[in-house]
Amino acid sequence: MPTVSVKRDLLFEALGQKYTDEEFDELCFEFGLELDEITSEKEILIREQGGEKAEGASDVVLYKIDVPANRYDLLCLEGLVRGLQVFKEKLEAPRYKRVSPADGGEPQRLVITEETASVRPHAVAAVLRNITFTQERYESFIELQEKLHQNICRKRTLVAIGTHDLDTISGPFTYTAKPPGEIRFKPLSQSREYTAAELMSLYKTDSHLRHYLHIIENEPLYPVIYDSNGIVLSMPPIINGDHSKISLNTKNIFIECTATDLTKAKITLDMVVTMFSEYCDEPFTVEEAEVVYPDGRLSVYPELAYRTETLSGDFINKRVGINESAESIAQLLTRMCLRSEVSGEGDLIQVEIPPTRADVIHACDIMEDAAIAYGFNNIVRSTPRTYTVANQLPVNKLTELLRQDLAAAGFTEALTFALCSEEDIADKLRKNITETRAVHISNPKTADFQVARTSLLPGLLKTIAANRKMPLPLKLFEISDVVLKDETKDVGARNNRRLCAVYYNKSPGFEVIHGLLDRVMQLLDVKPGRNQGYHIQAAEDSTFFPGRCAEIFSCGKSIGHLGVLHPDVISRFELTMPCSAIDIDIEPFL
Amino acid sequence: MADTGLLEALLRLLEKVDGGIDSQDVAADLGVDHQLIVGAVKSLQALGEVISAEQKSSKRWELTGEGREIAEQGSHEARVFNAIPDEGLPQNELMKMPSGKVGFSKAMSNKWIRLDKAHEGGPRVFKTVETIEDTVRDKLQLVQKGLSAKLEDKEKNELKKRKLLSEVTVKSYWITKGSSFSTTITKQETELTPEMIASGSWKEKKFKPYNFEAMGVAPDCGHLHPLMKVRTQFRQIFLEMGFTEMPTNNFIESSFWNFDSLFQPQQHPARDQHDTFFISDPALAHEFPQDYLERVKQVHSEGGYGSQGYKYDWKIEEAQKNLLRTHTTAVSARMLYKLAQQEKFTPVKYFSIDRVFRNETLDATHLAEFHQIEGVVADYGLTLGNLMGILHQFFTKLGITKLRFKPAYNPYTEPSMEVFSYHEGLKKWVEVGNSGVFRPEMLLPMGLPEGVSVIAWGLSLERPTMIKYGINNIRELVGHKVNLQMVYDSPICRLDS
Repeated sequence: MPTVSVKRDLLFEALGQKYTDEEFDELCFEFGLELDEITSEKEILIREQGGEKAEGASDVVLYKIDVPANRYDLLCLEGLVRGLQVFKEKLEAPRYKRVSPADGGEPQRLVITEETASVRPHAVAAVLRNITFTQERYESFIELQEKLHQNICRKRTLVAIGTHDLDTISGPFTYTAKPPGEIRFKPLSQSREYTAAELMSLYKTDSHLRHYLHIIENEPLYPVIYDSNGIVLSMPPIINGDHSKISLNTKNIFIECTATDLTKAKITLDMVVTMFSEYCDEPFTVEEAEVVYPDGRLSVYPELAYRTETLSGDFINKRVGINESAESIAQLLTRMCLRSEVSGEGDLIQVEIPPTRADVIHACDIMEDAAIAYGFNNIVRSTPRTYTVANQLPVNKLTELLRQDLAAAGFTEALTFALCSEEDIADKLRKNITETRAVHISNPKTADFQVARTSLLPGLLKTIAANRKMPLPLKLFEISDVVLKDETKDVGARNNRRLCAVYYNKSPGFEVIHGLLDRVMQLLDVKPGRNQGYHIQAAEDSTFFPGRCAEIFSCGKSIGHLGVLHPDVISRFELTMPCSAIDIDIEPFL
Repeated sequence: MADTGLLEALLRLLEKVDGGIDSQDVAADLGVDHQLIVGAVKSLQALGEVISAEQKSSKRWELTGEGREIAEQGSHEARVFNAIPDEGLPQNELMKMPSGKVGFSKAMSNKWIRLDKAHEGGPRVFKTVETIEDTVRDKLQLVQKGLSAKLEDKEKNELKKRKLLSEVTVKSYWITKGSSFSTTITKQETELTPEMIASGSWKEKKFKPYNFEAMGVAPDCGHLHPLMKVRTQFRQIFLEMGFTEMPTNNFIESSFWNFDSLFQPQQHPARDQHDTFFISDPALAHEFPQDYLERVKQVHSEGGYGSQGYKYDWKIEEAQKNLLRTHTTAVSARMLYKLAQQEKFTPVKYFSIDRVFRNETLDATHLAEFHQIEGVVADYGLTLGNLMGILHQFFTKLGITKLRFKPAYNPYTEPSMEVFSYHEGLKKWVEVGNSGVFRPEMLLPMGLPEGVSVIAWGLSLERPTMIKYGINNIRELVGHKVNLQMVYDSPICRLDS
């Protein structure tokens, strides 16, 4: 969930009202935001870097507000204020308008060449004309781009935003892709020119930019945007050129978004321009720009599309569980920036979805907004009349019953991890990893998560190792799932419910573990015997001490092993006492 | 146990007095050492309410060893006097007597004897009086009889100076009759035996009282794990509410069921390597319901079912990727798909409590695997109010009655609500779960009828367990680093109390 940090006093000024922390928290809760933290730059610095570094830092109160991940329109102060003001009915939602250049001139044009197809094929653009920045507005503008980059742009993989001082460059602009050696420009915050190849190695150590290098690093051609004089605007998605950088004094901004996902690029561009067109001489207007595709297709951006959905008041009432008139529902929706009116036909409501609300893609999204505006906590809570009869999952029912009786038999239940290292299920048990049928994890952060366990035994032995201070004997059990590769399943693997128990003492206690088997079989109503019953039979298994291992058969089917563990297994789990164990599959008893 | 004779003697003494007696007096009366009486008092106390005794301490004058000798044999000076015959005694012979030195000088100062230094044959000692009165001995004998009060303080201090008397602190008991006072002692039995039962002799016996302050012997038994105890309770709650358990025994899931079927776009951050454990072997799922997969692809990439869709290039390769399921909702999706394949829709209530996996950074409250509790209801015409109502019932069974709901975002539910409960201890609202109504983009491609709504909620099993059992570090609860003593000691789980 993205967190937006805003200055409290600035926020209250914009809202035209002061709130106590509690009141504002309440407002956030109702609207679906969360006032996560109340802090200041100084406090943050003290926490992160210690008191000394915080010397002289600002102690202006900051509100950190958690915003739902799909509400890109709330990622900056401007958007938050607009959303809350409309919600509180203090403001009517503005209408965003795309306009042609005022002087009747040609719109700015961005031409995409076919070389971009292999690396980053899409681009959109727009112009904010006659904007007035202040320090706060400027910072918010930069911060919004960063928030969008981290969220909808998926860390610039899907979309990268470039903003430029239009008065320092001249169109038409060309979006192309070139070998890294052939791109040469002075990037932001550097004092000289670099080739793209040089930049990539320069930024290897940059704490911010190094995270984006992988997006194009191994591409033969890097994306780049030039103006008509060959000046580099940007090398997306890494860095902009220094030449066209914006400042507090910038009046006209050229915005380009390059992308691998055109839908997201359009949304991102709409967000940037709708949020900041407020500060243009003609508020909420955005000057169009043309984008020409390699096949000659021409598109005009930003889209700033308004869409109308028609739905009935009855639909909202029935889904939410309220009973409001269509007019009242239209009013609720209007408070959520969804300008709505009753169409006159029955209880049909025309709902206009503005370009800022890209999250509204279905009637259910509109229904949710009506519920939020109504107030979730004002909805009457009612019990559904759904009549059903409960059933337990047989394997879980059996597990629950057996657990109780194993504890009654003197064994204590362990709860161990389903993930472990290869070593745990192979080397330490004196098995070869290839014979384990283990499922392997491709991206473990540590060796503890290399495989899904194929046996419960390592977890139990590790539990003993962590509890060596406890008085002997230690008697542990676990009934849980292991995971085995299985070609017959759609995903190629299946769980297997197993029962494993260990006895750890100064003597191996085979008879104790054997007695536990007899007890379990008694509980499962399986009598001793060769054919219809259960029996054990000497077997060799590398985990067990030679001559001290038996295979367990029930109704003629092998269900597991019991025996005294091999001394190497004991020492590999950092244990010192003899130990006997039983490990059986309980699924045959379902 | 002190000998019965002494005990009974003490009791007979006590019987005669009104009020009580001092153990020191008892010792004097019976002519035994006080320590023996102390032993007798303790033995009698152990018999129950025969006597009651209160310890007290007092100061008392007592003879020293030398004092006792003098009380018996007379003072040194008296002994010297008595040793001198009428014709006198040579001084050097007198000095050889045990009491010679001290006795001589005291007798001299008492003017009982005189020394004739010029006597022929060496200095010689003669009596000067016929008889003497040995007051020192008399005084000491008074003290010995316990009549020290008859002496003046000055006299006592003088004797103390001569190291014949000493003042000691005496601990004694003030003994009074108990509620079951009797002058006869019966020997107490420690335990009831089969023989006593057989012979009926238990009727005549008295039994030594138990020390009820001591702890009992711990029973020899096994123990259930606290997290599993809590799991049992949650299962019970769902079963009480008529929910059927889902088959969640499949940790390995395809991205398709874990994400795509839930209308979670393929670029969603949760599908990132940083958040999800992907499987290298078996890397890909190889079997999907084909027509359903096509509908999922369509709703993601183009929309439909009243949706705009996400409008991106949906790839089967991404859906095939196997992973460790990140939520049990993957199983809910399979179950709802299965439900949609029925000839005729029937309402269902499903639940599950099982492991899910996240490739997260581990800390005191986060592990790479945890248990997710999930409840799902599918029926015609379910409302958001119904979801709140059922959540209210569910949480009431957990002992949580004050709930409120916050709008939230979740890719596969709309509306989505975070569930908050008021924490009386922290005096604030804390998040206790997540809930929502599954999106039509998830349900309609499965083939569920249009009017059917599916409401669902989820929470983790670990968090309520940690709160219930007061555990701060999740590693002490889950996994092999568990503290077994904690497992042994953990109480039963009743969530509503």
